[in-house]
Amino acid sequence: MPEVLKAPLVVEFPFTRSLGPVQSAFLTGLREGVVLGVKAADGRVLVPPVEYDPVTAEEIRDLVEVAPTGTVTTWAWNHEPRRGQPLGTPFAWVLVRLDGAGTALLHALDAPGPDAVRTGMRVRIRWAQERTGAITDIACFEPYDGEAVQPAGHSGEFTDPVTGIVTPARLDYTYAPGRAQSDYIHALSGRRTVGERCPSCRKVYVPPRGACPTCGVATVEHVEVGPRGTVTTFCIVNIKAKNLDIEVPYVYAHIALDGADLALHARIGGIPYDQVRMGLRVEPVWTEDARYPDHYRPSGEPDADYETYKELL
Amino acid sequence: MSKEPVAVVGVGQTRHVAARRDVSIAGLVREAAQRALRDAELTWNDIDAVVIGKAPDFFEGLMMPELYLADALGAVGKPMLRVHTAGSVGGSTALVAANLVAARVHGTVLTLAFEKQSESNAMWGLSLPIPFQQPLLAGAGGFFAPHVRAYMRRSGAPDTIGALVAYKDRRNALKNPYAHLHEHGITLEKVLGAPMLWDPIRYSETCPSSDGACAMVLTDRAGAARAPRPPAWLLGGAMRSEPTLFAGKDFVSPRAGRDCAADVYRQAGIADPRRDIDAVEMYVPFSWYEPMWLENLGFAEEGGGWKLTESGVTELDGDLPVNMSGGVLSTNPIGASGMLRFAEAALQVRGLAGEHQVDGARKVLGHAYGGGSQFFSMWLVGSEPPGA
Ligand SMILES: [Zn+2]
Repeated sequence: MPEVLKAPLVVEFPFTRSLGPVQSAFLTGLREGVVLGVKAADGRVLVPPVEYDPVTAEEIRDLVEVAPTGTVTTWAWNHEPRRGQPLGTPFAWVLVRLDGAGTALLHALDAPGPDAVRTGMRVRIRWAQERTGAITDIACFEPYDGEAVQPAGHSGEFTDPVTGIVTPARLDYTYAPGRAQSDYIHALSGRRTVGERCPSCRKVYVPPRGACPTCGVATVEHVEVGPRGTVTTFCIVNIKAKNLDIEVPYVYAHIALDGADLALHARIGGIPYDQVRMGLRVEPVWTEDARYPDHYRPSGEPDADYETYKELL
Repeated sequence: MSKEPVAVVGVGQTRHVAARRDVSIAGLVREAAQRALRDAELTWNDIDAVVIGKAPDFFEGLMMPELYLADALGAVGKPMLRVHTAGSVGGSTALVAANLVAARVHGTVLTLAFEKQSESNAMWGLSLPIPFQQPLLAGAGGFFAPHVRAYMRRSGAPDTIGALVAYKDRRNALKNPYAHLHEHGITLEKVLGAPMLWDPIRYSETCPSSDGACAMVLTDRAGAARAPRPPAWLLGGAMRSEPTLFAGKDFVSPRAGRDCAADVYRQAGIADPRRDIDAVEMYVPFSWYEPMWLENLGFAEEGGGWKLTESGVTELDGDLPVNMSGGVLSTNPIGASGMLRFAEAALQVRGLAGEHQVDGARKVLGHAYGGGSQFFSMWLVGSEPPGA
């Protein structure tokens, strides 16, 4: 059995977020070196602030400045900081109840080792050198044995508030297409298209998934299909996609390869786009080192009769 | 024991626009939820559970809305559930909420769906670069356009039908203050003159990208009796799924859609949907899906859907108005789009649809679909309780 493939898959995107009034004030405050909480109906000051009271569900907007000093309420040591975490050297994740706040804020504590951290220890904010209006404006917390700092009583009003942030998301996977897809991909490297037949309904799946989605049984019998096929339906693409280097207009078609019971999707070339039609007979055009046919072109055969492909649109 | 009858007593939605930069996602959902509560004249304390739905996580990078939004939706100390079914999610979310009431698990449930497309990227979410696979060649429109061509071939529909749908839906949207697109001065010529993006789909025949949320308050008989305004009664609701791709899949008229509609009609005692149903609010992200779904939902025989559109039957003043609100073609916060269809159906039978009210609408179908035409959810609501 040929080797089952795998490859890294990184999914990342810079999502944006509009902040709304409360988060806007909180993050703008951080930019200005001010920590703001919001007063809940029960009198507690919530830090970080939220827009809606967690007890009464009412809207809350009463912003209150709290101190940059506080007390660790609990912690966990992080032996191996990972990409994107607040510090590059081992540190403690801490929940810090800032002086004046009724709830604790999650952040990092810069400490030489776990022996230097304890619940109840006093800490203060170490501000980032460059601040933009983000939680990373707090570089981390650091141990502090001085007096509690009195907040100045900021109103929460700013002249140039931060209203939106970018929150990059990234997920690292190892992707494995599985046995059936691996077989299919190996066959393609020899320019052969090999599907699998369902032992129950006898349909030939291309690309194969290792199981028939209709019958729910494993498919193992390999069946070579094509290389020629029939255009069953198509559209003419007139807008350029960002990630594709294809000149528009081009034809994006569903192609039923001879012997397959499911249409593949591919580009049609070698014919003016406005002459492509349902029933057109086509064959693959390969380029050097490509995993898939670059496109399909007319094979020169007469068009297929609609009745022969109407179930394969 | 029979099911508890379910009533819609509150409907709320945001004014849908391209970008709501003034609010967080929490602030956005809050607006819709509060409008629904106000409509029902209820408070957060009157809600027993919250059921929410949204677009697929990759679209907007929001993985656990039930965690993030519990306080904004007054769900603290209450059950909160999240539903996933791609574009149909707004419909299936409402049905999950309805089932909680029908099963007498909860008396009054808040259900809500949303999406901030301005902070999402559906195109990116749909085209992750999976190793060894060919990149998707054409985007969402490119995925659906070949199916539209297949419908045209199968039905013999004239190629102007899609433009008629877009022209109608955009005019309906002018009567709906909540709709995203308000194209004053729209003409059929303008629709026909728009560029082809994925021929046979013109730019003017595609849906916009919207920020918005929709919420409903569902309740039992006792709750309906206390409601200040007329309720909409659930007469039938169903969901069906099928694989995205399988040998024999009919993309023009998927079996899951046909079966789902048949289940709803059986529950509601609908013998002939064309005769017994007064209006339909269906999920039409590309104009041609109106005639396609008219057939799939049994309002026309196979190949006959376009004739209803062409003859004006689906106009706001026609015999079977379709997409009175302006539809998905005028407003598309994807995660909320299904619920907006269900909510419009409820508003119509309650007589509260405003300028786009259909006179005498007593039974109205709300319809949603999603994924590669693989998830379907529908409900039929009426002005009278079931069995009346
Ligand atoms: Zn099978």
